[in-house]
Amino acid sequence: MQLPDGWVVVLKRDCPTCTLVEPVLHQLADAGGLTVYSQDDPGFPAGLTVVDDSELESSWRLQVDTVPTLLRVEDGAEVARAVGWLRSSWEELTGVTGLGPDLPDHRPGCGSRSVEWGVEEELDRRYGERILTARTVELADLEDEYEAAYARGWTDGLPVVPPTEARVLAMLKGTSRAPDEVVAVVPPDLVECTVEKVAVNAVLAGCLPEHLPVVLAAVAAACTDGFNMHGVLATTMPAGPVVVVNGPVARAIGMNSGVNALGQGNRANATIGRALQLVVRNVGGGRPGEVDRGSQGQPGKYTACFAEDEEGSPFDPLAESRGVEGSALTLFAGCGWWPVVDQLSRTPESLARSLAAGLRGVGHPKLAIVFDALLVLSPEHGRVFREAGWDRARLLAELDGLLTVPAAELSRGVDGMAEGMPPAMIAGWGQAVPLPKFRPGGLLIAHAGGTAGLFSTIVPGWVSGAGGSEPTTVPIGA
Amino acid sequence: MRVLLDPTSERVPSTRTLNPRPASLDGLTVGLLDISKARGDVLLDRLESRLVADGVTVRRYAKPTFAKPAPVDLRHEIAVQCEVVIEALAD
Repeated sequence: MQLPDGWVVVLKRDCPTCTLVEPVLHQLADAGGLTVYSQDDPGFPAGLTVVDDSELESSWRLQVDTVPTLLRVEDGAEVARAVGWLRSSWEELTGVTGLGPDLPDHRPGCGSRSVEWGVEEELDRRYGERILTARTVELADLEDEYEAAYARGWTDGLPVVPPTEARVLAMLKGTSRAPDEVVAVVPPDLVECTVEKVAVNAVLAGCLPEHLPVVLAAVAAACTDGFNMHGVLATTMPAGPVVVVNGPVARAIGMNSGVNALGQGNRANATIGRALQLVVRNVGGGRPGEVDRGSQGQPGKYTACFAEDEEGSPFDPLAESRGVEGSALTLFAGCGWWPVVDQLSRTPESLARSLAAGLRGVGHPKLAIVFDALLVLSPEHGRVFREAGWDRARLLAELDGLLTVPAAELSRGVDGMAEGMPPAMIAGWGQAVPLPKFRPGGLLIAHAGGTAGLFSTIVPGWVSGAGGSEPTTVPIGA
Repeated sequence: MRVLLDPTSERVPSTRTLNPRPASLDGLTVGLLDISKARGDVLLDRLESRLVADGVTVRRYAKPTFAKPAPVDLRHEIAVQCEVVIEALAD
């Protein structure tokens, strides 16, 4: 923007530091070439040239975040800046000595009105280059904005935050990625989904801007061929993406890995998982009763997201065990949540047997290799393994041994149950061939929960592997 | 005026779909929308008298100008006040 040459001060009367430096402003005006931009009262300071910036356009264009801000302007452009009141820097910037002899040497400024919460986003919208390309939907004055979202089919059944331009612009500040960058091609409609579209849905879900990078990573992971979101959606089984977050980002954005980590009550956990589902619904077109054919569904299809308690874990972080260190998330196609109770085992061998007994039922006790599972070990169960010196590989090996049985025991009809492994398949292998419950890498273990409670949680998976869904771990970017 | 950003793939129009045509107008409110073209009022006056004679509740609306789409507030008003709308198009 073109500025008047000389010195420019941006201030507001409401700021004690700005009123404090009033005598200095008169000194500078007398020395020649001072223009004041006022954010609130063009009558202040009296007797000086004051530009009314109560609309805050100049403050926004100058990126002023503190008042007073003093600029030196040459040929219409800023060449130097001082923020707050510091006599030495004001004197250095202006070349005028003896400024404000009765004032303290230093006094910090106040926040600029242009960066107040909600105001900055509105100024971005008003004066910034238009970066949003999503179609706009105009509401009638008497139209309830929450009901409008329902009427347009944008919600999962719970109310959503109305995605105003200002809110979406604020959301986009949570990432360094360009709004028009394509994040993923979202099934089932196979629609290219931009960062902006993810941001709109993150607003709907109730996310904060700092949650957006996790949502972006989750969307990208869900839409890989390996994770197979289309299949997870279209299946009649109650499958839905479960997001497990690892690394420093989890604590930085306030995720819950402790008490009730798998439950309600934490904004990041709740809204990140929900945002992913809303992207699938709104961008991909995956709605229940249409391509989402879940027969019964399960509440985790609203949202399913938690952070791993890495500090208290007896094991390495889940994502790291899958080859991605640092901030990362693992997406697992989960079909619900069931607890395994064992309040008595104090040896890892005994506890492993209890966990195996629970895991055997994943899908069906007589189906092997078909389903993966995510075991969320509680801290009190984790302690048993830590104290015994068992690492992840040791526990997995123990469980694998406990969960491998002769194929004949799983054959259809055995134990009076029609369900089971196909006899022809077993005949091909041989009746005695040992069949593991889980394929190699098909049992994931994470650690989360409160410090009291000798229960762990099993998240049974959907059809595993290339013919179903592959657990997918991706880094979380900026 | 409040504006929201569309969270969808934008493959279908953002306006909502029409309700199915009712089998009967018994007990319904019918809105008559004049788009402000010449003699539209003549047609709608006649329709109103016929409908009122049949015991139908009628409400009258008019677009400010035929040259632009109906304002969103007018559309909302009609949607919440009427079950059926008859629009007098063209000359």
